[in-house]
Amino acid sequence: MREERTEMSKDDDRSPPLDLRGADIAESSSKTRNCVTGSGHVTGLNPTEFQAPYPDQVLENVLENVLQFLTSRRDRNAASLVCKSWCRVEALTRSELFIGNCYSVSPKRATARFSRVRAVAIKGRPRFADFNLMPPEWGAHFAPWVAALGSAYPWLEKVYLKRMSVTDEDLKYLAENFPSFKELVLVCCDGFGTRGLAVIAKKCRQLRVLDLIESEVAESDMDWIGEFPESGITCLESLIFDCVESPINFEALERLVIRSPSLKKLRLNRFVSIGQLYRLMVRAPQLTHLGTGSFSLAEGVAHGDQEPDYESAFAACKSLVCLSGFREITPDYLSAIYAVCANLTSLNLSYANINAEQLKTVIVHCHKLQTFWVLDSICDEGLQAAAATCKDLRELRVFPIDAREDSEGPVSEVGLQAISEGCRKLQSILYFCQHMTNAAVIAMSNNCPDLEVFRLCIMGRHRPDHVTGEPMDEGFGAIVKNCKKLTRLAVSGLLTDQAFSYIGRYGKLVRTLSVAFAGNSDLGLKYVLEGCPRLQKLEIRDSPFGDAALRSGLHHYYNMRFLWMSSCRLSPPGCREIARALPRLVVEVIRDEVGMIRAECEEHIDDAFDILYMYRSLEGPRDDAPSFVTILH
Amino acid sequence: MERSVSYGGNDLNLEATELRLGLPGSDEHEKQSCPSVRTSNKRASPEVAEESSSLSNSNVSDARNGDQDSAPPAKVLVVGWPPIRSYRRNSFQQKKTEADDAGAGMYVKVSMDGAPYLRKVDLEVYKSYPELLKALENMFKLTIGEYSEREGYNGSEFALTYEDKDGDWMLVGDVPWDMFIFTCKRLRIMKGSEARGLGCL
Repeated sequence: MREERTEMSKDDDRSPPLDLRGADIAESSSKTRNCVTGSGHVTGLNPTEFQAPYPDQVLENVLENVLQFLTSRRDRNAASLVCKSWCRVEALTRSELFIGNCYSVSPKRATARFSRVRAVAIKGRPRFADFNLMPPEWGAHFAPWVAALGSAYPWLEKVYLKRMSVTDEDLKYLAENFPSFKELVLVCCDGFGTRGLAVIAKKCRQLRVLDLIESEVAESDMDWIGEFPESGITCLESLIFDCVESPINFEALERLVIRSPSLKKLRLNRFVSIGQLYRLMVRAPQLTHLGTGSFSLAEGVAHGDQEPDYESAFAACKSLVCLSGFREITPDYLSAIYAVCANLTSLNLSYANINAEQLKTVIVHCHKLQTFWVLDSICDEGLQAAAATCKDLRELRVFPIDAREDSEGPVSEVGLQAISEGCRKLQSILYFCQHMTNAAVIAMSNNCPDLEVFRLCIMGRHRPDHVTGEPMDEGFGAIVKNCKKLTRLAVSGLLTDQAFSYIGRYGKLVRTLSVAFAGNSDLGLKYVLEGCPRLQKLEIRDSPFGDAALRSGLHHYYNMRFLWMSSCRLSPPGCREIARALPRLVVEVIRDEVGMIRAECEEHIDDAFDILYMYRSLEGPRDDAPSFVTILH
Repeated sequence: MERSVSYGGNDLNLEATELRLGLPGSDEHEKQSCPSVRTSNKRASPEVAEESSSLSNSNVSDARNGDQDSAPPAKVLVVGWPPIRSYRRNSFQQKKTEADDAGAGMYVKVSMDGAPYLRKVDLEVYKSYPELLKALENMFKLTIGEYSEREGYNGSEFALTYEDKDGDWMLVGDVPWDMFIFTCKRLRIMKGSEARGLGCL
């Protein structure tokens, strides 16, 4: 072992500036470190002797210069484990901080380790909370984070939040405390309203990006668009507000767009009519990403009265590659977009209730399409048309227009088969349907070897292969076996433990797994926990997995971001056992009171709970847990 | 924790209301392998109408949808299934309502066999089948009879039917209420032997 190892532990965290002149070193305080010569001796400080720079100091400088180029956070995490020196330097050079679970580490600890962060990403609630499986007010508050960020990183530029509760006060704090603030992206967040947006618009003079994606924005009378500075050029590059469910001041928006020559991404909400869209498009032909708003006439305007030339407005947008919106589409207007279809790489029609014929007129032009989101109203026929044209398709999402178990189901295995045959480069699929067959799923596993994400939702619970009557085990088995790059899987339909056996045996790269209404016994979950070494996120609902199955994952839970199990066969003692065995795991049991009250009318429930949510954490039980959350120990 | 619950006679017979593309009687295995909702999710508690009528009043949508606030408590079968975010779910329910409005309200014509002129009712005003039946009984001064899944309308010479979007004449009461109001284009109160025939289909 080299001697400077022991010296390191006495070092300051921040390396003193390097000074090569011997005289200065001799005169400096006792804090300076000993120098180690090439032979390994520790020499004292001698003013007449030339003092070479400390080797570890040089090493750290070199490291700093090299590591600053490292962008991948996985690589950075690996680098930080090499030794303390590397850990320290990596921490100094990390400019983007990613927190996958806001409760796994405290704001104080994170900001203490990483001192030069310019961009922060934080994720909060578990995904199943999106489907109302958990009472609101569970947590994931941005407030403690924003305060810590304020004191640690006054130069902060970017904030990305997903499934966090953000208040108007938090937004105000952001706007007022970070003079260099440039980008705010809120995905699936809630807790704030147009008041908060108004402060951001008004005070963030350097704002380049304001993206609100699938977030719940509380309505108020606040005209937030009008709060953007009224004069001068803005640096705005991206403005996404398609999820805002309240009208906006259109005139102010138009003026804003005129003054934003750098604007590339604009996604409007459904309160912007097609006539207004036209006015914006002619002002911003440089757009690359456009969300079209309602894509229908404003109320009270009749079709055909002096309508502008929508086609030419679209044709003028030569850089358009991504089109979405169509929130209340009048299908007649669809022809306006034909001119841009040939260049589109991304098309989101998932709010547009159009049929196969209407889709065909559009999709036939979309040769370059890589991302396609659509409603099942286009039927299998529409999917066949997409498969025939979109040879470069990487991501497909088919959403149900009628999201119920017993609805008609206009798409089926026919559509899936067609897609698998036509779109061989497919990497990611999310497919809602009523009926499916193993054969079609197996076909996809063979035709699309690049699949990384396979999410099939057969909406009827426990529904088997509707041709053979068999469980869907073989289909999903083929997916995990043949798709060697698979990292994310969501299963559905009638599934036995056999399906999980396949997943455990072949799903070696699976990181995220979603299970609902599946499996026969504890074995199912055991197969997965014992077989999938890369498993990070596991969410299970309404499946017959119990305490024994839970126990089988003890060796792995510290490697996971979280485990969610609701309406399974767990008992409080079983969960307590896990909490005791793994002290760094926070084991939350959550009672869903609305559900409980309804159930209690039928029978007596004692000591039951609904949801187990557990995650590794350096901080122990959180102090902001609401009353319906119990943290076991 | 899983509880198995039995609800006795007033079962929410899901299989009976399930829409399938296929002849009735086919896919028997599908029925057998679909365990009832109740054993796997204790929140699947059907709320039975207070009247003795066993009409299915279930509303399959999510109880916590924003747009349910003004409606009576939703009868939830399974919370959060299928897994669609409420934002997306709501945007279609909203649109459906808007699309089907011919102005305000969801007015449909009601004809009665033998009556000289037709009436109109606003389906949006009613929240369930019993309410609609009662209103029609008052309007036409007659009794329509007890609905049951097996026998249609029993106990009177009248039966209530409707024309759906496909142009087919259907017996009122088979599908969940919410679904009914979107697919119903007009109502017809059938009388006499024709009415009795319907019940035995």
